[in-house]
Amino acid sequence: MSKVRVLVGTRKGAFVLTADGKREKWEVSGPHFSGWEMYHLKGSPADPNRIYASQTSGWFGQVIQRSNDGGKTWESPGGGLTAEGGRPKVSNKFAYDTSAETGKPLTTHQWYDGTQHAWEFKRVWHLEPSLTDSDTVYAGVEDAAIFRSTDGGSSWHELPGLRGHGTGPKWQPGAGGMCLHTIILDPSNPKRIFIAISAAGAFRTDDGGKTWKPTNQGLHSQYIPDPKAEIGHCVHHMAMNPKRPNVLFMQKHWDIMRSDDAGDSWKEVSGNIPTDFGFVIDIHAHEPDTIYVVPIKSDAEHFVPEGKLRVYRSRSGGNEWEPLTKGLPQKDCYVNVLRDAMAVDSLDKCGIYFGTTGGQVYASADAGDTWAPIVRDLPAVYSVEVQTLS
Amino acid sequence: MKIRVELPQHLRTLAKTGREVQLEVQPPVTLRSVLDALEAKYPMLRGTIRDHVTLQRRAFLRFFACEEDLSHQSPDAPLPDAVVSGKEPLLVIGAIAGG
Repeated sequence: MSKVRVLVGTRKGAFVLTADGKREKWEVSGPHFSGWEMYHLKGSPADPNRIYASQTSGWFGQVIQRSNDGGKTWESPGGGLTAEGGRPKVSNKFAYDTSAETGKPLTTHQWYDGTQHAWEFKRVWHLEPSLTDSDTVYAGVEDAAIFRSTDGGSSWHELPGLRGHGTGPKWQPGAGGMCLHTIILDPSNPKRIFIAISAAGAFRTDDGGKTWKPTNQGLHSQYIPDPKAEIGHCVHHMAMNPKRPNVLFMQKHWDIMRSDDAGDSWKEVSGNIPTDFGFVIDIHAHEPDTIYVVPIKSDAEHFVPEGKLRVYRSRSGGNEWEPLTKGLPQKDCYVNVLRDAMAVDSLDKCGIYFGTTGGQVYASADAGDTWAPIVRDLPAVYSVEVQTLS
Repeated sequence: MKIRVELPQHLRTLAKTGREVQLEVQPPVTLRSVLDALEAKYPMLRGTIRDHVTLQRRAFLRFFACEEDLSHQSPDAPLPDAVVSGKEPLLVIGAIAGG
């Protein structure tokens, strides 16, 4: 029988939630890495027992963890000597590539006040395992850059063409920092990767990460001097249904956007939604035009409007939205749902999962029609990913 | 020489060790030589106490020994005799900030 495994990163540890295909009775494992900020955990599509986790701390910096048994046990990979007998590989070393041979100069980016500021590594926001090789994984980091490991997370190397894009001095941090938070691998084209940065915008590579182009045409942002600028948009999250890789959906700071040409152009599909500010966006596993968002009141008030936790669903690829409320609190609720804290499984009916800053993880086993909490009292949830296991 | 180093809880968990570790350090015994030995024995601690690239102390960590704050002394300054002899440990402390 099918199973699902939900990987939850929180402000004070990680949790693994498991259930059978009915998704009614859940087992909760954790906290793993108790006391550490767990920004993101994600399993390898090539080997579901291989899970990568970003463990981070303002005191002790960044650590990468890896499990080979579905999250039961963990190790920080690396430690062995290099092939040349040199210093040990270290899984938490994210050094920007400034070498003359392969890298780019460590330039500056825009600071909150408009002055230029040095690039500094702070943490890993998102880990995206390869679709085909369990030892290859990408990391999106703050200050914004993309790294790749091809040895199971033991060592990391920047793809410097992105950070070194000529527009770097115009990138600026969002409220959470200048983070690269979204990495989407195209299942139909192994050379194509989509990424998004707050607040620079969306980028795409078609050559495996050597060169990148901004893909922000059609975005409109009032908080930058030129609202239609090529760079500077605060993209909060993007999603793609693997069955239709040229179609992308985006939750921007404000505005819900859709692209039908792999990001070359965007059009707004906020339609009748009550507020189009938000962080998460995701897509039904079997219906590529069914989209989910959680509207947030505003950029100044990061909680759901009217004290009601409502997921909004569009079955028409945007513009027409319906609130989903059954099983969700409809009074006195003031939580947020952060950008990586929603995921879908691939069972039939499609399961939808999301976590809140109030520590609840909600699940729907019927594509959003009804909801129930899996857990209610975790630390603030940073990320939710789900694995569908046979 | 056996040098004693006390680690904060999160680093003990990460290194899978107890409160105190003992390290063989060749003289001169300095912050740099002790941390080099610590990171050689526990590679997972690289980057958690000192920055990978600059080897500067991370901002929210402090080094105490013999009731003195050694955080701002040169990494190449000799450590107190009591640390060198193993009588007193070198304490790696997480600054009290946040929760």
